[in-house]
Amino acid sequence: MKHTIKELEDIASQIRRDIVRMVHGCQSGHPGASLGCADFFTALYFEVLNHKTDFTMEGKGEDLFFLSNGHISPVWYSTLAHAGYFDKSELATFRKLDSRLQGHPTTHEHLPGIRIASGSLGQGLSVAIGAALAKKLNGDHSHIFALLGDGELQEGQNWEAAMFAPFNKVDHLIASVDYNGQQIDGPTSKVLALDDLQAKFEAFGWHVINTDGNDMQAIVEGLHYAKTLTGKGKPILNLMSTQMGAGVDYMVGSHKWHGTAPNDEQLASALAQLPETLGDY
Amino acid sequence: MKKYTYTEKKDTRSGFGAGLHEAGKKNENVVALCADLVGSLKMDAFIKDFPERFTQVGIAEANMIGIAAGMTIGGKIPFTGTFANFSTGRVYDQIRQSVAYSNKNVKICASHAGLTLGEDGATHQILEDIGLMKMLPGMVVINPCDYNQTKAATMAIAEYEGPVYLRFGRPVIPVFTDPDQKFEIGKAWMVNEGTDVTIIATGHMVWKAIEAGEKLAELGIDAEIINIHTIKPLDDEAILKSVKKTGCVVTCEEHNKFGGLGESVARLLTTELPTPQEFVATNDTFGESGTPDQLMSKYGLDAVNIVEAVQKVIGRKKA
Repeated sequence: MKHTIKELEDIASQIRRDIVRMVHGCQSGHPGASLGCADFFTALYFEVLNHKTDFTMEGKGEDLFFLSNGHISPVWYSTLAHAGYFDKSELATFRKLDSRLQGHPTTHEHLPGIRIASGSLGQGLSVAIGAALAKKLNGDHSHIFALLGDGELQEGQNWEAAMFAPFNKVDHLIASVDYNGQQIDGPTSKVLALDDLQAKFEAFGWHVINTDGNDMQAIVEGLHYAKTLTGKGKPILNLMSTQMGAGVDYMVGSHKWHGTAPNDEQLASALAQLPETLGDY
Repeated sequence: MKKYTYTEKKDTRSGFGAGLHEAGKKNENVVALCADLVGSLKMDAFIKDFPERFTQVGIAEANMIGIAAGMTIGGKIPFTGTFANFSTGRVYDQIRQSVAYSNKNVKICASHAGLTLGEDGATHQILEDIGLMKMLPGMVVINPCDYNQTKAATMAIAEYEGPVYLRFGRPVIPVFTDPDQKFEIGKAWMVNEGTDVTIIATGHMVWKAIEAGEKLAELGIDAEIINIHTIKPLDDEAILKSVKKTGCVVTCEEHNKFGGLGESVARLLTTELPTPQEFVATNDTFGESGTPDQLMSKYGLDAVNIVEAVQKVIGRKKA
C-alpha cells in the first residue's frame, strides 16, 4: 500500500468537497455519480494505477484509464489535479468559457490525463478495448481500466464491446460499472431494468467480481484483486455498487442529484459534512 | 480535348485493397479493422501478410469505430473497412465524438458508396455520406476516381496525421490515371484545360466528365475538367483560377446535391466569385435496385446529363 486507508479516505473527502464546490461554482454539472465514485477514483489513481503525471497520449508502459460516463467529469478533474496532472486552481474554471475543464472530458483542450472525449454515452468500453489491443501489439503488458455508468449499459454499443472482448481474449482490461441504480428519469429498475448484470456479463465470457464502491478498503482490495485476474484469457468486470451522492446526506441515493447543482445553503451543508484535508482550490 | 484511354477496367475498392497492402508494408503501425466484409473491401492481401495487425470486429460498426479510436492511442494507424452506409450514418456519433472531436488518426474507408452499389437497393446506397463527413470539423474527405488514384490515396492517407474519410465504390470502371501518381491531399488534378466551362467532378463521375468533354468538343465547346478528389479541404485556388477563366461551372458527383461537392463549390463561389453553376447529382432522393448503369442513367448521372448541364450553364452565362 502506498497510502493507509485513512489517508485515502482523506483524499476522497477533499475530492468530494471539490465536486460540490465545482458544480456550485458554475451552477451546472453532475454531482450525484461524481460523489458516488470519489472512492473509486481515489483508490485507482492513488493506489492501483501505474501511471505518470508527466502526461503522454500513448502512456507507454503505464496503465491507462478511460471514463465512458463522461458526465462525472468533476470527480475525474479533481482526482487528476490532486494526483498532480495540473494545478488544482484550474478546478475553478470548470464548465466556464475558455476552460480546459469542459462539461464533459475532451482531448480538444489538451487537458493532461484525458485520452479521448466522452459524454455521448456507450463509447468508452470500445475505446478501452482498442487501447488494449494496441498495447498488446506493442508488447506492453500494462493494464487498461475503464469506468462505465450503469444506466449507460442501456446503450447497445456496450454489448457489441462486451461480446468482442472475451472472444478476442482482451485480458488486460478491467472495466468497472458504477452500479448506483439511478439514472436521470429515475431508478434504473423503473426506466429500463438492468436485472442480473453479473449473469449477463458472465454469459458473454467476462470474469465478474463484486465490490462495494463506497468502502475504501473494499475497493482498493477489489481493484488489486482484479489485477491478479488479468492475463488469464478473460476481461474483468468489476460490478461496483455505489450510492449516488455518497458523502452528502441529502443527496444520497436519489436520482434527483444526477445533474442538479446545490444552492448556497446546500453547499454549506455539504461542506460541513466533508472535512477539508488537502486544502480547497 | 486531351485524349484519355484505358486498357482495363477495375473497381476502386481493389485500389483500396492494394493501397492498404502497400501502406502495411511501409509502416508497421498501419492496422486494419473490418465489420464482416473482408472480401468486399479487398482486404485479403493485407490480412494474409499481416494477420496480427488485422481485427475482425464482426457486424458491430459502432464498436469498430471505438476500437479504432482506442488503437490510435497506442500509436496505431487504423483503417476501418465496411460499406459507406455503415461507415457513416450508422456510426455518426461514434465518429463525431471518439474520432473527430478527439482528433484521432483513424482512416474510415468506405466502399460501395452511391448508386453504383446496384442491386442491393436504397438501404445500402448511401448518397448522403459526403455531406455527413464534410460537416465534421477537422475531417478530411476524399473520393478518388479510379483504381490507381484510390490506391495512391490510400497510401497517402497513411502518411497523413488526422481523421480521414475515404470513399470508393463497387463497380469496375476504366483505369485512366497514372499508376505511379503522387497523391496530394487537397490538391485538384487538372484533367483537361479548356475555356468555355469548368466541369468539376469527383469519384466515378470523373470518367463520365471525360466522356462528356469529348462530346462537348464535337459540339464546339471547350470544357475545362477538374478532378476534385479531396472534397475537404477543397482546392479553392484551383477552382477559382479555372472559373475566372471560364465564367461558369458544372459539378458532378454520385451523391445527393444537398450536402455534396456541388454545395462546397457553391459556397466557395458565392463568397469569392459568384458564378452560374449547375449540379449533376441526385436530387434529394433515395436510390433503388438495378444495375449500376441503369441507375446512373435513371438518376441523371451520365455523360449526357453533364453535356446538358454544360449547355444550360453556358446559356445562363451569356444571359
